[in-house]
Amino acid sequence: MLNVLDDTVNPVEPLLRTDRMPHIWCPGCGIGTTVNSFARALIESKIDLQSLTLVSGIGCTGRVAGYVKLDSFHTTHGRAIPFATGLKLANPRLNVVVYSGDGDLSAIGGNHLIHAARRNIDLKVICVNNLIYAMTGGQTAPTTPGRATTSTNPYGTFEPAFNLPHLVEAAGAVYVARWTTFHVRQLARSISEAFQKKGFSFIEVISPCPTLYQRRNKMGDGLDTMKYYKEKSKIKHGAPASEVGLTLNGEIAVGKFVDRDRPDYQTMMHAQYVESLGERYIEVTREAVPEMECACE
Amino acid sequence: MKADPRGVLTGTHFIDGDHACCEGALAGGARFAAGYPITPSTEVVERFAARVPTVGGSFIQMEDELAASIALQGSVWGGAKAFTVTSGPGFSLMMEHIGYAAMTETPCVFVDVQRGGPSTGLPTLPAQADMMQARWGSHGDYEIIALCPNSPQECFDLTVKAFNLSEEFRVPVMFMMDEVVGHMTEKVVIPPADQIDVVPRKHTRKSVEDYLPYGTNGDMVPEMAHAGEGYKFHVTGLTHDERGYPNMTPQTQDKLVRRLQNKIRAAADRICMIEEEDLDKADVVVVSYGITSRVAQRAIDLAQERGLKVGKLRLITAWPFPDKKIVELATRVKAFVVPELNLGQMVREVERAAAGKAKTLAVPHAGGGVHKPEEILNAIVEASQC
Repeated sequence: MLNVLDDTVNPVEPLLRTDRMPHIWCPGCGIGTTVNSFARALIESKIDLQSLTLVSGIGCTGRVAGYVKLDSFHTTHGRAIPFATGLKLANPRLNVVVYSGDGDLSAIGGNHLIHAARRNIDLKVICVNNLIYAMTGGQTAPTTPGRATTSTNPYGTFEPAFNLPHLVEAAGAVYVARWTTFHVRQLARSISEAFQKKGFSFIEVISPCPTLYQRRNKMGDGLDTMKYYKEKSKIKHGAPASEVGLTLNGEIAVGKFVDRDRPDYQTMMHAQYVESLGERYIEVTREAVPEMECACE
Repeated sequence: MKADPRGVLTGTHFIDGDHACCEGALAGGARFAAGYPITPSTEVVERFAARVPTVGGSFIQMEDELAASIALQGSVWGGAKAFTVTSGPGFSLMMEHIGYAAMTETPCVFVDVQRGGPSTGLPTLPAQADMMQARWGSHGDYEIIALCPNSPQECFDLTVKAFNLSEEFRVPVMFMMDEVVGHMTEKVVIPPADQIDVVPRKHTRKSVEDYLPYGTNGDMVPEMAHAGEGYKFHVTGLTHDERGYPNMTPQTQDKLVRRLQNKIRAAADRICMIEEEDLDKADVVVVSYGITSRVAQRAIDLAQERGLKVGKLRLITAWPFPDKKIVELATRVKAFVVPELNLGQMVREVERAAAGKAKTLAVPHAGGGVHKPEEILNAIVEASQC
């Protein structure tokens, strides 16, 4: 199994599809950093990797599914959450992670985000928020802070931005945290914590896009952004999610904002059917893997 | 293999096409459906929602048709057989995911109980105007299979068949009902489970090391694995190689997209189902499908009473289109008469295959009702005089 003490290989390497490297992400991009924290969380929390499935949408973060050595699905734009919902309902034993970007999850997929939180489907959602549409060249996202310059708001954005922790808390998420890519250990810890929760968990990771967001807004390169995150971040565990909205150059509230319990969708479905159908109810189970062919044949 | 008896409601029933479709899905092995309410299709999933917790499956009403049409694909990769049900406006929203199912080779069934369009159109009244959309609605090159039941009994029989075809070819199958077939109530006989053939998932038996998610063994249909079994495979809607890895080259694109088409085209003769009557001496052939074939039958009977040599060709499979049959008939009949509840869709296929060797007469109808038999009869009379 994974040997974290062996210094000849990177400890997260067994969790990656190394045959797909180099990856497509730009120098200074934060997505790889989040994947590193994710992989460390898997190792540290000793998650069963066979039953772990990762679902991504489209965009830079959508490519995560292609680089992790797990059952992984790169779905359509915005639809990672409903795909993951079907996967989880068909096989309740699966541990399903949705790993995607802010545009994918909160713009084109925004409706699914709030409904999955409302249903409290047992999904762990990791939202890498680079405040912009990066794959397509730096257009305004629902998360782009006011006055930031983008390719589609060349004179500065004037739309109010989504405060994602507030949105998913209001919709019903049981676990909501935010970190930046400066907070690699805290992020890994939050991911591990989310795995302990049953229900809809949402972790937002503020991440740099030096190629588009930082450059256009004269915020320097990847390293400058790390310094910026370090200076501007303030750990505010338990802060009201309504007060953690982001501004162009202002404070970045990080920490765990929501940690509560309420029955998840499948628990409620099960209880309802037991009550209404009694012995007529047959639970969803999945058959075991069919017998393997012997490799020697 | 035979159907799981838990899902089979063996017996003689008096039910409508929507309910029969639901029973067909259960008999065909469906244990998951995701839907969004839309007239005139909702009865299918209403019945499924009531039945499926008693047979070991689940139903979820999603927030829209985009969600429904991808949730069902998630469930397929989780190990279930699955379908969704909709009508025109919802079918339009599902198009992207028909492409995703075609590209990722996710076996599943899309039921479209057709109503008048475009847009909101005629929610409670029939049409057959989604036939080209079913074939071409998603972007890019791909092939699908589409079936057209003309009775509640066929809504049962052909839904089982739709699931079987989707599994055999790992392709999304369009089940093209219409409002009349969906809402007409007739006798439906559901046989015992041991008389219903069900095609199991083409699941790999290869070891983790030997398994190539999109590798093929000559028959052009790759073997599947499910999430959670240890294969650690990758599925993407991007152009991908045999490992399932994205590969953005014209060569990989060519190999993949040609295979996606050829796996259906090469088997078209086997897939195509038609019903034919009196074709051997026919001067005129009425080509119809779905509810229109029931009206066409009356017109054919009336024409034959008048001594006209009319044959019947009913498309049970609309896609792939039975080119060969039309090509062969075109060499020996005067004309084809094609009534349909649209202003000319499948008639274009008949015309294309006939290639000018026989005349083609459309009998269009904008939807909202069905033809009068006389309208089709007049076309038959006109065609006989060609």
